[in-house]
Parts: sequence; C-alpha cells; structure tokens
Amino acid sequence: MLKVAVVRFPGSNCDLDSLRAAERAGTHAYFVWHRDTGLQGADVVILPGGFSYGDYLRSGAIARFSPIMQAVQRHAADGGPVLGICNGFQILCEAHLLPGALMRNAGLTFVSKPVDVTVERTETVFTCAYGAGARLRLPVAHGDGRFVATDDTLRMLEAEGRVVLRYVPASEASPLQPNPNGSANHIAGISNAAGTVVGIMPHPERVAESLLGAPDGLGFFTSLAAWRPRASTLNVTSR
Amino acid sequence: MSYRVHVRVMPRESLLDPQGQAVEHALTALGFGEAAGVRVGRAIELEVAAPSRAEAEARVRQMCDKLLANPVTEDYRLQVEDA
Repeated sequence: MLKVAVVRFPGSNCDLDSLRAAERAGTHAYFVWHRDTGLQGADVVILPGGFSYGDYLRSGAIARFSPIMQAVQRHAADGGPVLGICNGFQILCEAHLLPGALMRNAGLTFVSKPVDVTVERTETVFTCAYGAGARLRLPVAHGDGRFVATDDTLRMLEAEGRVVLRYVPASEASPLQPNPNGSANHIAGISNAAGTVVGIMPHPERVAESLLGAPDGLGFFTSLAAWRPRASTLNVTSR
Repeated sequence: MSYRVHVRVMPRESLLDPQGQAVEHALTALGFGEAAGVRVGRAIELEVAAPSRAEAEARVRQMCDKLLANPVTEDYRLQVEDA
C-alpha cells in the first residue's frame, strides 16, 4: 500500500482533510510533525494548507527551514512525489523546490470561494487521473495566492508545459470570478520538470467526496494509484 | 563588537504592490493628493556580534539572502551602526 506522509506544521489546518482524501484514494496516510527528521518511509509527501508559523515574515518562509523539510528536500531530490496545497505551495516556492513566489492577492482581501480551473498538465504524479483540459471546480482560501515569477521563468514554465492548473480566463463563460488573486498567466498550480513536485493554490482535499458536492478534487489523490515508486526511491525509503 | 543592523525589505520595483496602492488611495481620500508612488515594505532590526562592521554586514546579507528577503520578489538595503 502506498505510504503518504502529511506534514503538520504549527498552524496547518487542512492536514486532516488531506489525510482523509489520501485514505479515500486507498493509500496508507499518516501525519509527521514539523520537528521530525524522517518521513517514516513515505512514498509520497503532502504539505497541507494552513498558516504555518502564523505566516510570519512571509507565508512559508519559516516552515521551509523546519527539520522535516530537510527530509522533504531529500525525498524530492530522489524523485519522490510532493504535493503542496495552498500554504504547502508557498512552502515549496520558499524552499526552491518550485520556481516563483506567491504574493499578497492583487485585491488585498482573503479570498475564500470556489473557482473554475483547467487541468493543463496531466503528466504529473498528482494529475494523471484527469483528462487533459478537464475543468474542475475547486475551493480557494488564501490571502497570498498571486503567483509571480520573472519573465524568463514564466516563459520556461509555459514552454515546458509545467503549468498544472490555470484559472479559467475571464473571456470564458463562468459564473465565478476568474483569477481570484491576479496570478501571472492565470496560474493556479505548477510542477517541476519531472512532474513529481506539484504546488497548487486550490484545495482538492476539500472536494474529495460526493457528500460535499462534485468530488472534483479526488483525482489528485486517486492519481497516486497509477504511480509506482522507482527503484531509487524504494532504496531511499528503506534506509 | 556588537552592531545594530537595520534591514529594509521592499517589494521589487517591477512588481505590483497592492498594499502600496491601497495606502496611496487612502491618503488621497484623506486629502493628501500630493502623495504618489507609495510602496509598503518591511523593516527588521537586529543586533549582531561580529569582529568588524564589514563582517557584520556580510553576515546579515547572508541572513537576507537565506531568510529575511525573498530574492524572487523583494530587494533589501542594510544600515549598520555601533550598538
């Protein structure tokens, strides 16, 4: 059974939802604490949403240096999958596991509502269960969600097809306000080149069961079933 | 020697600063129409023990590059004085 470690920082608040969504997808999911130094042999790591360390200094800036993140860095460097959701995405950018940064929303207000996004990249560990171009309705809940990067980085992300989720642009018919935060190129989520490290602002774990409406987010977790640890990753986890 | 270092972290010029814009609008609404180009950043002060002023500055630059400022979105300036 695939082992999924959900990292808990002081201030995480989507940890339980993420754990449950991973369990619903048939994985063995468990929590690891920010002070832990190992991932207990995890195949996959989830950095959940919340306000780690009170968002002091910058969102994710302090969490990035917590002891568990050294283990996450090694896991990612060895090709291990990591999904960062909302605050988790901010932490991945601060940790330089993903390029760019997430700044204060252009409208300055905290935005908490459903948005429509398209799945732009399905060749990732977390989105391979979706069809290319699939449209999802996922909740966002953030104050610092405006993705920014240098022009060169944006060009690289687009050229390499590393934009994973994009807010449905204003020109398309949508009852919901597009691009809730002023992100460059309407970017809602990106990945590393290999598609193993993914960061997204929307919360798929909050819409992962039909009791809560259309389970548009479950695919991020069922995608894991299609992924098999490579030999090198297995060696790392058995260390 | 101990030095007091003032770090001024500002959003990069080329990036949208919605906080600065909001403050500017508020100033205009309060009758301060002459205020322009408002930007909001962050000030950090710290004391550093170091053998010399240059050493103190070099160490704080490392702190800025690693933690105190985000190199993607922010620029910083230092001012070092005797503590």
